[in-house]
Amino acid sequence: MRVGFLHSLVRPEEKLLMREFGRREGVEVVMLDDRKLVFDLRKGPEVDVVLERCINHSRAMHALRLFQGIGIPCINRYEVAQRCGDKILTAAALAEHGVRQPPLRVAFTEGSALEAIEELGYPVVLKPAVGSWGRLLSKVNDREAAETVLEHKTILGSYHHSIFFIQKYVEKEGRDIRSFVVGDECIAAIYRTSAHWITNTARGAEASGCPVSAELADVSLRAARAVGGGILAVDLFETDEGLLVNEINYTMEFRNSIDTTGVDIPGKMVDYVLEATR
Amino acid sequence: MAECPVCGGEVELADDTVEGELIECPECGSELEVLEVDPPRLGEAPEVEEDWGE
Repeated sequence: MRVGFLHSLVRPEEKLLMREFGRREGVEVVMLDDRKLVFDLRKGPEVDVVLERCINHSRAMHALRLFQGIGIPCINRYEVAQRCGDKILTAAALAEHGVRQPPLRVAFTEGSALEAIEELGYPVVLKPAVGSWGRLLSKVNDREAAETVLEHKTILGSYHHSIFFIQKYVEKEGRDIRSFVVGDECIAAIYRTSAHWITNTARGAEASGCPVSAELADVSLRAARAVGGGILAVDLFETDEGLLVNEINYTMEFRNSIDTTGVDIPGKMVDYVLEATR
Repeated sequence: MAECPVCGGEVELADDTVEGELIECPECGSELEVLEVDPPRLGEAPEVEEDWGE
């Protein structure tokens, strides 16, 4: 079997996956560097499947669409990348599938966004629809801050930043949960703990093991199915009313979660890729 | 052995190093990208772009 490994920079996750593929008999890995690819929409690399591990969302999404267009199975699928890469599309998919998430609003102008923020009540979090690692998140505690942030985003940002994704701030007591879904299984989870309200490990949050309860597995799997399924990392908030899904990541990072959980995450990912193409 | 383009220090590459891999200079801590493996050549890692992430 020939596995196309779509990537750009090779991070620790990609090295772990490459090593894991290297241990499997009959598997040849074909490296597909998105910085060197040229597509002509008719033919592509001679591979049986593409595993997407790009660092740029826009490249990943378009490459997946083009590979799928010429009949190459992709993991994750283009549609999943599209939904997960845009928080508005993720939220819509979750809502349509009855998966609980924090209250949110979407607005397109400063005026309507301010109105939506006031209706939700402070504090709220403004997030770029496309973005990751906790970058450019704004926790807005009052009207003056709201007016300032909205003005800055409108004037200083590209048009993407005038599509306002507004989420009610959830008090999470210093931690959230990241669960890892591979196919039909929630294979592991971690707590991400930080004194800062942003709990991304990319921003310094500490990872620790989190037991996969029946509720966590159920919510994670329903969230993953809502966006199309595959290999996904689901970020969740613990609340008195149960777990709320915050975001879903389709090119999941897991370097801090293997020792923490004791789960062979790259091994399970490679199993899934190879089984999915049999 | 490769040379760090930032501080000029020596950076040892593991046997399974691949092109495009991100590594850290042990002397100055700069994040580097492996541009070529044989012979080894390093460059400064690219700046984070707006759509980078998971």
